[in-house]
Amino acid sequence: MMTVFSLNPDLYSDDVKQEPTRAGFGRGLKAAGETNENVVALCADLTDSTKMSDFKAAFPDRFIEMGIAEQNLVTVASGLARAGKIPFTSSYATFSPGRNWEQIRTTIALNDQPVKIIGSHAGISVGPDGATHQMLEDIALMRVLPNMIVLAPGDSVEAEKATKQLAENGKPTYMRLAREKTPIFSTEESPFEIGKAYVLREGNDVSLLGTGTMTYQLLMAAKKLEEHGIQAEVVHVPTIKPLDEETILASVRKTGRAFTAEEAQAAGGFGGAIAELLGDKLPTPLKRVGMRDHFGESGEPEELLKHFRLDNASIAEEARRFVGDVPRYHQGF
Amino acid sequence: MGLFSIVSGQQLTITQLEQKANDVRKDIIRMLEHAGSGHSAGPLDLADILTALYFNIMNIDPVKPDWSERDIFMLSNGHTVPVQYATMAERGYFPVEELQTLRKLGSRLQGHPERTKLPGLETTSGPLGSGLSQAAGYAYSLQYLDNAKHRWVYAVTGDGELDEGNIWEAAMFAGKYKLSQLIVFIDRNNIQIDGPTDEVMPLEDLRGKWEAFGWHVQEIDGHNIESIIDAASMARAISNKPSVVIAHTIPGKGVDFMEYDYKWHGGAPGVGIPNQDQAKIALEKLRTLDGKITHEGMA
Repeated sequence: MMTVFSLNPDLYSDDVKQEPTRAGFGRGLKAAGETNENVVALCADLTDSTKMSDFKAAFPDRFIEMGIAEQNLVTVASGLARAGKIPFTSSYATFSPGRNWEQIRTTIALNDQPVKIIGSHAGISVGPDGATHQMLEDIALMRVLPNMIVLAPGDSVEAEKATKQLAENGKPTYMRLAREKTPIFSTEESPFEIGKAYVLREGNDVSLLGTGTMTYQLLMAAKKLEEHGIQAEVVHVPTIKPLDEETILASVRKTGRAFTAEEAQAAGGFGGAIAELLGDKLPTPLKRVGMRDHFGESGEPEELLKHFRLDNASIAEEARRFVGDVPRYHQGF
Repeated sequence: MGLFSIVSGQQLTITQLEQKANDVRKDIIRMLEHAGSGHSAGPLDLADILTALYFNIMNIDPVKPDWSERDIFMLSNGHTVPVQYATMAERGYFPVEELQTLRKLGSRLQGHPERTKLPGLETTSGPLGSGLSQAAGYAYSLQYLDNAKHRWVYAVTGDGELDEGNIWEAAMFAGKYKLSQLIVFIDRNNIQIDGPTDEVMPLEDLRGKWEAFGWHVQEIDGHNIESIIDAASMARAISNKPSVVIAHTIPGKGVDFMEYDYKWHGGAPGVGIPNQDQAKIALEKLRTLDGKITHEGMA
């Protein structure tokens, strides 16, 4: 039942290849444009930053510059979708879906139009731009919307695959991307399917559930935990909505402890989604790391991850304490 | 003049269109009275524009609501949807009897329009300011992506709705791309919920604003069917700009005790929408065209 996930053989090397997830999006969008002539791209004055530039160069007639107007960005996209197009919209996540949430709710989610909302520069690792530009609430905002699919790819290779698939999924979809380079832990051969979670590393003591680029930190944390005799299972959850309940519950049922990590508000975010799932179907001790009811601040990305205890060393400490303090709690369910 | 005659084999005269608009108003009164909530003034004052659009201007086929060659209508001020439902029913999209399900559980006629509920609706609207953008998106597709020069996108916005920033984002966008297949009617009835538009948030110089955004602007009597048809015709002839028609209307048009009074924008029975007694009086006035017809037989 479990899909084999091929990890990058250089994963644990110091010079593992790094690339921002937005770069994978840029390649995927161009590829989707080649495959499907209905794909159009709209950007709110951030074409290079959000990596729509490759699509724009290849298909200038299907690229629409919207100016700094995020409400119009998504509502024009809704109209284009009604006319049979598959619109990709991009901006920084703090502006879209941050500024235009109601327009997304009414004209895309309720209206059930296959508009793709690409929010780049999510998370604290945006860095020096500071809290205004570090979007942390997007997962919560988008996963609460009926009809909406929510994705947070783990690396650039996966982001490229995700982009190609969401051009064809026929649904309103939000995809969260990062500004900063992060290690590529998957390979071209790794499976990716919207709605699926993947076990990257097997273990019996705790399920480390990660979304987006935090999955890399979990893989590194799992290696550190092994040195302390803890066998952590790492589950990568690139689709936050709908959750792959089968894979997640199977892992948690086995380990009896769940631990989530995300570069977002844990309240309402990915950790919130897992808490809801486990509360409904498999009550299990759960530890969530992420942003805990506070904003980010300026700093270098690596400094910020350490400061907010989202680097793999801090995560390993948290997970070790969690495993030490909390008995397994799964038998009988 | 649209292709209505080709599609349906009939062409209503101006007098017949006026009578049709009157039927739409009667439908609206009955719907609102039965629903027990909603909005009165806007739907009543838009009856002439919607009738002209659905019965004359637009190239549509009620039997094939998704016909690929159709013109598009998007209602940006979704709260006035009773007028759209009534006009669609009169036009043959669905039975007139279904109008009485407005706002009821399980109805296709939601309190604000939802595309996925009712064939023939092109969008979902209600929260103000986003319908114009959707119309602009569709018009962009026709003009730049589909090479469909023979199709048109018509939209209606309120005037209070123009307070929304999203409207001016759309206005700038349509101006930049010279979306000449986009034709917008503004229901300039001078009222919004909190009072006269000029007190709540002044809109003038309204013509100057749209002109400054690169639009072709016309101003008409929004109750004169011939003027509405002519304005649409003129707008279609403008090939290098989007068109806006500022349609001066009387809120609550056709029911004298509602006309000009912002308190009839909407609300509860007796205070915003007609209660049973008020509906009876209103229907009587509409049946006799406010006393101008002295004998029965018109309805």
